[in-house]
Amino acid sequence: MIEDRPLIYKYLRHDKKFPHVWCGGCGIGILLGSLIRAIDRLEYTKDEIVLISGIGCSGRLPVYVDFNTLHTTHGRALTFATGVKLAKPEMKIIVIMGDGDATAIGGNHFIHAARRNLDLTAIIVNNNIYGMTGGQFSPTTPYGQRATTAIYGSVEHSFDIAHLAVSAGAVFAARGTVYHVRQLDGLIEKALQKNGFSVVEIISQCHTHFGRLNKLGNQIDMMKWQRDNAVPVEKARKMSPEEMEGKFEIGILVDREAPNYLEEYEKVRQKAKEALSLQLAKEEKEDSDRREA
Amino acid sequence: MNSQQRPEPKAQLMQGNEACAEGALAAGCRFFAGYPITPASEIAERLSFRLPQEDGSFIQMEDEIASMGAVIGASLAGVKSMTATSGPGFSLMQENLGFACMAEVPCVVVNVMRGGPSTGLPTNPSQGDVMQARWGTHGDHPIIVLSPTSVRECYTLTVKAFNYSEKYRTPVILLMDEVVAHMREKVVLPAPGSLEVIDRLKPSVPPEWYLPYEDTSFGVPPMGIFGEGYRYHVTGLTHDIRGFPTLRQDEIEPFILRLFRKISIHFDDIQIVESFQTEDADLIIIAYGCTARSAHRAMVEARARGLKVGLLKLITLWPFPRRVIEPLTRAGKTLLVPEMNMGQISREVKRVNQGMTEVLAVNRIDGMMITPKEILEKIQEERK
Repeated sequence: MIEDRPLIYKYLRHDKKFPHVWCGGCGIGILLGSLIRAIDRLEYTKDEIVLISGIGCSGRLPVYVDFNTLHTTHGRALTFATGVKLAKPEMKIIVIMGDGDATAIGGNHFIHAARRNLDLTAIIVNNNIYGMTGGQFSPTTPYGQRATTAIYGSVEHSFDIAHLAVSAGAVFAARGTVYHVRQLDGLIEKALQKNGFSVVEIISQCHTHFGRLNKLGNQIDMMKWQRDNAVPVEKARKMSPEEMEGKFEIGILVDREAPNYLEEYEKVRQKAKEALSLQLAKEEKEDSDRREA
Repeated sequence: MNSQQRPEPKAQLMQGNEACAEGALAAGCRFFAGYPITPASEIAERLSFRLPQEDGSFIQMEDEIASMGAVIGASLAGVKSMTATSGPGFSLMQENLGFACMAEVPCVVVNVMRGGPSTGLPTNPSQGDVMQARWGTHGDHPIIVLSPTSVRECYTLTVKAFNYSEKYRTPVILLMDEVVAHMREKVVLPAPGSLEVIDRLKPSVPPEWYLPYEDTSFGVPPMGIFGEGYRYHVTGLTHDIRGFPTLRQDEIEPFILRLFRKISIHFDDIQIVESFQTEDADLIIIAYGCTARSAHRAMVEARARGLKVGLLKLITLWPFPRRVIEPLTRAGKTLLVPEMNMGQISREVKRVNQGMTEVLAVNRIDGMMITPKEILEKIQEERK
């Protein structure tokens, strides 16, 4: 995408030494492009964005872009984001996580952030494996697939991240792939505009580990797999479970309205201030009564 | 409506935990994230009621790991932040506490100690977390730990904890014990505005000149706040002066050394102790927390029996006030360290002493306070 170059360049940090840490052909760079295009289209200023990540390949993303950036501990990105948002409600908080980061070590934080419905956007790169540490199986490694800690095939069943977000109470949950990049731009844009906790799961490829261990070919083969097995949500609804076997939905799974945490907490502040006024009036009256007596 | 408009403080019956919560508000704390745990819950309860009155935020998180993360996030966004917990929760906080040390994020962590290890004694008193407060998180790092002995100190030291955290950009641990936390005593809190309140230094250079982790003669770089135009990178990875991850030896060592130096060049400001009748004493009790109360009583009783006993009360436990204790060991005074653990501070005293004088200990690990009588008996046994 030649026309994108000046745009991407505008958002990169030029005092940071490149090259980046990702393998050639990794999907995270494609996601970063989508994210920048969405931010640019929505005309957010660099100062109002806080980009927060956890640990892993996806955790290295914020360092390259010129926003307020925060690279936290493994799985805890959403907890830091919660503090930033409550302290600066006017800022736009975007949280980048990987599949292991968000649903293994950070699984508890993920479901509670969705339940709490604080206005955050969670972007989860799902490449079915722990890439940075060398290809160990993750909560999204499919049953039977190989990893460096499941060399005989994983015997655990995998999470469906987008549906997990729906069940936990996210007001917006969508899934895209790094192959369907125009759709991905749109999904991220919608998620950023959503009032409340929004989640975009992005199916990506780790050809270095997952592809190699499971003989899925190179990065291009793995992106072709995304093309051939992604089914639009509307079409998937009409398909039987047998027809959906081995395939996955892409598009918006849920888009609903609910009051966000900050709106609810504002009500708490109002009640608290009323209670304080009453208490101060009472103390004043007691004081004056005592003086008269 | 804010605390400045509240009437002048009167004498009141107050609990240590409540005083800690009020002290936090007086220091300007406007964010608390926590998870319920005895014997620290009253701090969260009080702040859930008080913070929204002052336009602050209280949030109950899903666990202590999350609480510590939220506290760091809020502080990076410019709000003074705190959490409170006890041993089991303190263990969970160590991961993100290390992040706060590494990224130099001001915050206050209250640990109301109960008996351990593990679930231990909910909720009998203990002073078993002295070493965990020092070395709980992994890697070499400096830390500031304060320990109150009274309800009034729960208030004033919470303010001080915030001041140190802001001034030195470091997490500060307020190490309380169950006795001090749950005890109610008569207290007159300082009038609003009478205590010094310190706020973090912010950058004054144009944003394009700002180097977030640049060394200064003070040792502490000014802190940019998210959303105020100073866009920079915050990470738990070892970083260069721009905040970017580094593996260069010539950047790693100066960074770690600065973390230590920013505390060590300010020992005079940070290390607080109180001395009671130590001038003529030939035996000095070194105590902290609730044990210092028993020690004070034991000192009075001993003096009444004609024994020359003094008390050195440690308020700052870490960095360990070596420079106060060293002269006592050189003067050949016998030192007696009563504490409710297996000897975590007496071991430090012995390290400083290096065999110069006698160091005695009274230890209790059965979930009960050390009484003045036990300390007095030890003194009398020694002075027979």
